[in-house]
Amino acid sequence: MSFLSGMLRRRHGDLACQQMVELVTDYLEGALPAAGRRRFEHHLAGCGHCTEYLAQMRETIRLTGRLTPEDLTPEMRSDFTDLYRRWRAEQ
Amino acid sequence: MDADASLLRRLRDGDERAFVALVERYHPVMLRVALAYVPSPAVAEEVVQDTWLAVLRGLARFEERSSLRTWLFSILVNRARTTGERETRSVPVADAGPVVDAARFGPSGGWAAPPEHWVEQAENRIDAAKLAELLRAGLDVLPARQREVVLLRDVEGLSGAEVCEVLAISEANQRVLLHRGRSKLRQLLESELGGAAR
Repeated sequence: MSFLSGMLRRRHGDLACQQMVELVTDYLEGALPAAGRRRFEHHLAGCGHCTEYLAQMRETIRLTGRLTPEDLTPEMRSDFTDLYRRWRAEQ
Repeated sequence: MDADASLLRRLRDGDERAFVALVERYHPVMLRVALAYVPSPAVAEEVVQDTWLAVLRGLARFEERSSLRTWLFSILVNRARTTGERETRSVPVADAGPVVDAARFGPSGGWAAPPEHWVEQAENRIDAAKLAELLRAGLDVLPARQREVVLLRDVEGLSGAEVCEVLAISEANQRVLLHRGRSKLRQLLESELGGAAR
């Protein structure tokens, strides 16, 4: 939505795109109160750019979730085996 | 039974390989979380090593009121905080301001420079290794508090409630940190993949 059409579209109480981007996480976390959620979804329904923005946040979360812990080096593996054996010996 | 619960049972049975598997699973992310509190990787490494020893020593007393990983991270964060307070004088300043550059919106608050479409194309435009490298680099430059929340939530998959417990922060605080961190990673991906003006 261009800023002109945005200006024409907004009524009192409507969210602006600039507010939407600040509410995305609260929305995804289910932390918006019912009325806020309705306003958020009402805006989304009429705004392709914010719909895109929301999809990008979801995609960011998905891609971040695919990061894997870096593998331990063999030296670290043996360090931790030693640590474990020392602890067992303390028992 | 989830993987952690089965590791815990084997650990309690005295299975050394279960311990190494647990370390392999959590050590790297614990290092990154510890780095949010202490000034250097060497100190973070010490804190995580101490944490593992505390985990082994505490195993018999662990009552499973929280999940294994919540317990691990709670021990870690307590230790890292104590060490960090001893070793650093400066308090990190929380960054403020909008998560999307105000210049991208018109006077009415509508998009003037809207996000370009790249979702579903990320993996075609850039190979998986480069994408992972990009996100890791992005995580590394996040402010520490945001980094640890994004790591625990989005990389490790802890729930919001678990993260609040581990870090001893409120739900609202957790959401703010998560929001700022995720928004920056989105911007990073957009800059790399969307080519939109900022």
